[in-house]
Amino acid sequence: MSDAKPFDVIGRSHERREARGHATGSTLYVDDVSYPRMCHMKAVRSPVPHARIRGVDFSEAERVPGFVTHLTADDVPKNVYTILCLIGVEPDEEQVLASERVRYKGEPIAMVVAETEEAAFEAAAKVKLDLEELPAVFDVEEALAPGAPIVTHWGSNYFVYEGHHCRRVRYGDAPAAREQADRVITGRYQMSPIEHAPVEPTGCIAKPEADGRVTVHTNTQAIFFSLDNTAIILQVPPHKLRFVGGTVGGGFGGKVDVIVEPLATLAAMRTGRPIKYVYTRQEEMQVSSTRSANRIYITDGINDDGTIVSREVTSYEDAGAYSRHTPYGCTKHAANAAGPYTIPNVSIDVHCVYTNRTPSSAMRGFGVTEASFALEMQMDRIARELSIDPWELRMRHAYRNGDERPYRKTTEDATLIETMLAAAELAGVELSADLRAMSSDDRGVPA
Amino acid sequence: MSTLRGRGIAAVNYPTGMNLGGDPSQALIHSTPTGAFMITLSSTDLGQGLRTVMAQIGAEALGVPMETVHIDTADSDTGPHCMGTFASRATHRVGNAIMAAAKEAKEALMDVAADELEAAPEDLETDGEGNIRVVGVPERSISVTDVALAAHFKHGRTLSGRGMYTKQKSEVDPETGAMDPDSTEAHACTVAEVEVDTETGRVRVVSLRSAYEVGRALNPALVQGQITGGAWMGMSHALYETTAPYYPAIDHGPEDFTHYLMPGAAELPEIESTILEMPSVNGPFGMKGVGEMTANSPIPAIANAITDAIGVQITELPITPEKVLRALEDSDSQEAA
Repeated sequence: MSDAKPFDVIGRSHERREARGHATGSTLYVDDVSYPRMCHMKAVRSPVPHARIRGVDFSEAERVPGFVTHLTADDVPKNVYTILCLIGVEPDEEQVLASERVRYKGEPIAMVVAETEEAAFEAAAKVKLDLEELPAVFDVEEALAPGAPIVTHWGSNYFVYEGHHCRRVRYGDAPAAREQADRVITGRYQMSPIEHAPVEPTGCIAKPEADGRVTVHTNTQAIFFSLDNTAIILQVPPHKLRFVGGTVGGGFGGKVDVIVEPLATLAAMRTGRPIKYVYTRQEEMQVSSTRSANRIYITDGINDDGTIVSREVTSYEDAGAYSRHTPYGCTKHAANAAGPYTIPNVSIDVHCVYTNRTPSSAMRGFGVTEASFALEMQMDRIARELSIDPWELRMRHAYRNGDERPYRKTTEDATLIETMLAAAELAGVELSADLRAMSSDDRGVPA
Repeated sequence: MSTLRGRGIAAVNYPTGMNLGGDPSQALIHSTPTGAFMITLSSTDLGQGLRTVMAQIGAEALGVPMETVHIDTADSDTGPHCMGTFASRATHRVGNAIMAAAKEAKEALMDVAADELEAAPEDLETDGEGNIRVVGVPERSISVTDVALAAHFKHGRTLSGRGMYTKQKSEVDPETGAMDPDSTEAHACTVAEVEVDTETGRVRVVSLRSAYEVGRALNPALVQGQITGGAWMGMSHALYETTAPYYPAIDHGPEDFTHYLMPGAAELPEIESTILEMPSVNGPFGMKGVGEMTANSPIPAIANAITDAIGVQITELPITPEKVLRALEDSDSQEAA
């Protein structure tokens, strides 16, 4: 074979097509779209994390010059829904607009539409809320303890996976193997909730068309997913909607939630006018979903020669007040919670827990970032306790091609060892000849 | 009081594609009368360069110059279905859909070219520069533009193709967790070096040296962009960011970038990386999804480097100066006792 690349186009660093537009500000984003008679919409949000709604008074808001209309839960055709209903996830639980009860600080209770953004802000601030505050729960383990304030409408603070209170993986017999192991090493690891912090805030513009359809300019990461969810919430046939987008100023998973489009579309249908609804930075930071702050407990059974014979993981994924994409994230987390290592006995419980916190949802690395953080700290904890080289501990246990994963799939594309060898070389780390001889295609442990 | 130095590593895997599958993406391709190829999608470009990579895949698969391939996305009235850009899926799923659409379009292109050149389609090849020629007889050649004109005005044929890619949905066994959660696995390993100021508790990341195994780097500069951005995000996650500084309490939540801290240019460490290419079985041209995982290995690598430096493991993110000082205080008082 010649050294020349066998391809003409791929494998080469062609300049990103929009790069110059992004750098010079000429790229068109949602915020750049404008229509005559366009109105602005802002949310009226709960100032407390858990409360019964006794009343909402719009009388002062309505007197703000430029006020057009308001929306409440009564205006939303299917007000209680769950975003993953499109892939069969149940039950419906998130309120598009809160009625009767708010479950997190910042939950929208009403929307205000006005002629200008300033008037919308002013009118939203003048809506009077009569709330009866309720005891709230913020900690995932406290939420699962008896007597905790209940967040959901079905009486427990966890999502049910086919009859189980958590997503589980069982491979071999981890408790029995731990009993037999020379020692047990445990760790508790706590992630933080972080914000997607896209440069472009989440937003959309919904424009009623002459033929009765509505065009929605949106920065969603998933055009049809957002369209279909909007149609479900508004109970309109999907063919009545047209979603346009494709150029997004950063997503990181936050723009897979469908939050702004249904309300803007509803307001457009109600008023017959184009409606713009774009999050402020404050809303991005404190109201939009975050990464789940998983709390992860790992219990490993280990023999004195450094062999990990069992791994038990209990992880609490903090969904916040509504689960959004978290039931999916927990399953992805469970699949990856033993790490890229071959351990003969694995037991994993991943709990999707409801609290009175801002909902968490999809974020870059969803379920895996959290697992990798805890597992790689645990691997170092083991290496330190047993005085084993952390490279050796990992490479000895690294999964090989042909190994079965705890979720019972045979590995066919493991390259962890080769990747580690390349990183060691780049960083100038001297590894032993035994380690350098390892391969993902060979289980053989050098003598 | 002193500056302590430490080194830490982390090795990670990352699954490509929506967990459990069941996430279709579709691509339609047609040529203009003069032989440009339009690839119509409903996928979103998040700034990672999706349009560029999709044009590369389309051009490679069609055998035509990249500047003649255009990406038209995302309008639900004209674009075919795409599940979306997330889960490190777009290049894998949409790329595979384009490969399938390009195969059909190229067959039509070669059929018409064969008629025009009075040769058998299987004897023809594209030269990647906008021409189709008879293998071994370069003077018997026709431009793609002339083929497209002939297709439109003489043969009444479309040069078009349809492609769809769906990984069959896997169910999870609720008892054992048996499932098929990935299409392929990418890998990363990061070596982090840090300096910890024991007086202020401040952690300075000195360097992040990583290897990323990505199957195939379809556009190395864009892969590098993901890597550098991801390393920065991972560092930020490890040391700076939280929407709830006293998690799980909801007080003191930052509301703007002056309170929600992220590392700036001055805090950026030396970032060096190696890209390994070990082609996957099912990604277009062997690629694996790299979008998400680039943020993952730096987080525990930095945390482990801090442990190496101060001798205490801090297991709660972000590892702020306050947490470092408290950990040092605790270990001092333990030693004193």
